[in-house]
Amino acid sequence: MPYTPHTKDDVQKMCTQIGIKDETELFDSIPNELRAKSFDIPEGLSEFEVFENFKELSNQNDTSKVSFLGGGYYDHIIPTAVDALSGRSEFYTAYTPYQAEASQGTLQALYEYQTMICNLTGMEATNASMYDGGTALAEAALMAVRIGRGKRKKIIVDSGVNPIYIKILKTYLAYHDLEVIVLHVKSDGSDKETLLGMIDETVAGYAFQNPNFFGSIEDYSEIIEALHNVKALAIMSSYPIALGILKSAGEVDADIYCGDGQSLGMYLGFGGPSFGILACKEKYIRNLPGRIVGITDDREGKRAYVLTLQAREQHIRRDKATSNICSNQNLMALRATIFLSLLGKEGFEKLALQNYNKSEYLKKELSKVDGIKIYNQNPTFNEFVIELNISATEFIDKMEEKGFFAGLKLEKLFEGFENRVLVSTTEKRTKKQIDNFVTCVKEIV
Amino acid sequence: MKRYSNEHEWAILDGEVASIGLSAYAVDQLGDITFVELPEIGTTGSKDDSIAFIESVKAASDIYTPLSGEVVEVNEDLEDTPELLNEAAETTWIFKLKVSNASEFETLMDEASYKAYIETL
Repeated sequence: MPYTPHTKDDVQKMCTQIGIKDETELFDSIPNELRAKSFDIPEGLSEFEVFENFKELSNQNDTSKVSFLGGGYYDHIIPTAVDALSGRSEFYTAYTPYQAEASQGTLQALYEYQTMICNLTGMEATNASMYDGGTALAEAALMAVRIGRGKRKKIIVDSGVNPIYIKILKTYLAYHDLEVIVLHVKSDGSDKETLLGMIDETVAGYAFQNPNFFGSIEDYSEIIEALHNVKALAIMSSYPIALGILKSAGEVDADIYCGDGQSLGMYLGFGGPSFGILACKEKYIRNLPGRIVGITDDREGKRAYVLTLQAREQHIRRDKATSNICSNQNLMALRATIFLSLLGKEGFEKLALQNYNKSEYLKKELSKVDGIKIYNQNPTFNEFVIELNISATEFIDKMEEKGFFAGLKLEKLFEGFENRVLVSTTEKRTKKQIDNFVTCVKEIV
Repeated sequence: MKRYSNEHEWAILDGEVASIGLSAYAVDQLGDITFVELPEIGTTGSKDDSIAFIESVKAASDIYTPLSGEVVEVNEDLEDTPELLNEAAETTWIFKLKVSNASEFETLMDEASYKAYIETL
């Protein structure tokens, strides 16, 4: 069935009205050689066929396995109210509102979102969300360069930052006149000695992740101080749930915070949709990209929500805009707002503690198994790396037969990690599931 | 003596230090000023380089230095009260430059020429 409402007659009338022969003339300004010759798009389907098609696809999902997968996306409980409220028709659109001020309810929700993110991260300013953790990191790096007024051209990235974020960062920055230095993985932690030797006045910012990709928690205060001594910025990325018990970005005096919001009420859906968190100290707010919701009084003196500080954005500042991002992940930020409201400050801390405690229990039990060593030398939050006496591939495959997604194979991301697996737990894993997992591991290694 | 550039900056040269501001005409065109991004002390620029930035409720614009030199002082009052420019553009300097080529000053317009220039716009 066609999804466009215009009949051939309608189209012809419109063409005649604007003085063209047919609609292909609209594309005359695109040189012929640059035009697509064909589009590989199948014919339209009926509603019934579309449903069948998607049903078939969703049947391929394997929901029977118990997941111990982490590495950036985590299997958390999502309270039913998150779906119920975010699905209300007043809110339910993936699109960020244009003519934003006409959508006061949406702006109010985003204003609350910003307040919660500031409370969570200990930062003073944030925007209405980014696309994901990787793009938030890339935008944080570009912010650091802008704050250094373009004179500092070096971005140092810690070895413990999510390697997928690093790929996104490199893609984003590829055509900027900048140098991205990624530190080599030497252990589960940061190579502080090498790093301290690199910090000088050419550095715009240093990005680290705490807990890092291997799950390790570290103290970065010495590095942050060294950065500030040369007026370079500290960019902290993290898994937001960990902020429930670890020091926030504000508490460690980081300048910019970035992270992925999936764990705050988003489903695990082939890696998305998620949203990115980007927050900073107030003095850097004019360098923050994206939409920012502010509060004011209307002409009758009533409270009103507005998009504010828009002179940063491309519709005013053109080529000097802080970023070409002028949208956000509206619906996902709304879900996070509902999620955080439901948990509250104490609930959020309890959630973080449960994640930590369950992971500690699993780590303790696995460390007793012959043939398994814990790779991390630092304390960990809710995931850690195990070293096996068999290949990671064999381990993962055999565990899958026993009903588990046992973890993330690190050899895909790091050289020399053929027998190392990143294992994660969340509050969702019961003691029974964890004990079963350990029993099955014993049968394999 | 006060002189003006085509980009609507004014300069007053006192010895080797020039005070730089924006003309009342430019500020009037911009409307209510909301933010001035001041240059850092020590920034050097050649004549007509963009070294500062100004935002108003309806536009954002570069501020070009009308003379070459090094920034030696910035008007920090503008950080919290950018509206000073709306109140008194012609007497509120934005930054001061230690000029590296004083003869450039002579190439700028005097008040009468600038007045004639803005009438052509």
